Amino acid sequence: MKSSVIIFPGSNCDRDVAVALEKMQFKNQMVWHKETSLPKSDLIVIPGGFSYGDYLRSGAIAGKSLIIDEVIKAANSGCLILGICNGFQILTETGLLKGTLLRNKNLKFINKDVNIKVINNKTKFSSKYKLNQVLKINIAHNEGNYFTNNNHLEELKKENLIAFKYCDEDGEINEQSNPNGAKENIAGIFNSKKNILGMMPHPERMIDRSISNTDGINLFSSLLS
Amino acid sequence: MKLISEKPYRLNSKKNKLKFSVTVTLKKDVLDPQGKVVQNTVTNLGIKNLKSIRQGKFFEIEIDENDELQANKKIEEICKKLLVNLIIEDYKINKL
Repeated sequence: MKSSVIIFPGSNCDRDVAVALEKMQFKNQMVWHKETSLPKSDLIVIPGGFSYGDYLRSGAIAGKSLIIDEVIKAANSGCLILGICNGFQILTETGLLKGTLLRNKNLKFINKDVNIKVINNKTKFSSKYKLNQVLKINIAHNEGNYFTNNNHLEELKKENLIAFKYCDEDGEINEQSNPNGAKENIAGIFNSKKNILGMMPHPERMIDRSISNTDGINLFSSLLS
Repeated sequence: MKLISEKPYRLNSKKNKLKFSVTVTLKKDVLDPQGKVVQNTVTNLGIKNLKSIRQGKFFEIEIDENDELQANKKIEEICKKLLVNLIIEDYKINKL
């Protein structure tokens, strides 16, 4: 399976994602944002970081870069797209995913391992997880407070487009387990065709027991199967 | 003796240059935590009768255009395409 990781000035999780993908036997290529064509890919990853120093709004400038037109074309033809953290913010800025990510409710940058619950495991991104499985995944962001209008929120629920929700260790979804104020504890969403996933937590950081845990591995192995 | 008479540059010195301001603020029903913190601090300073403070962004844009209507259209386009996230933000354009 072929993957491409897009790099913007200020991306800083591009290498981590590449390591995770290669560990899972993806044939990966790195793509600079000024490129105007993409190598043939089954999966495109938009990594985390601070593209363009978060100028204007997180992801706003990257969302208008040259390579993004190609990403949008690929997405519309069914290619799998994964946006992690800043990548999720960029995907919302391009319009590929609806809603937006506001400043964390407590105005602080949050870097910690949090629990998230698998809400939909019938997708190409999540089939190796069990439904309602609780994962411990790292988050590191300043703007992770997912916001969308009520109509879209209803659509997300009705069409089962919520991928993950923040929860406590027992899988309880409540205000205390919501780190950033995201609507309904949403940590990740799919587009309506379910070929695009945007998520704030970093699965690529959870692939090695010696530095963290392995809760992120199944996301990548789901993509392989 | 030469007096310094050169001005670095003057805004609107060219005839066909129009200047606009764009103010971008969060929509009324979107939580503005930064504005809230500023508001609380102002209250702590002892300033009374404060109703609310919302924080936003301000842009000054110069445009090479004679026709104000055309220029306004371009500013609208810039706002919608980049400056404003219409899901959460409102904007106001003013001619300067």
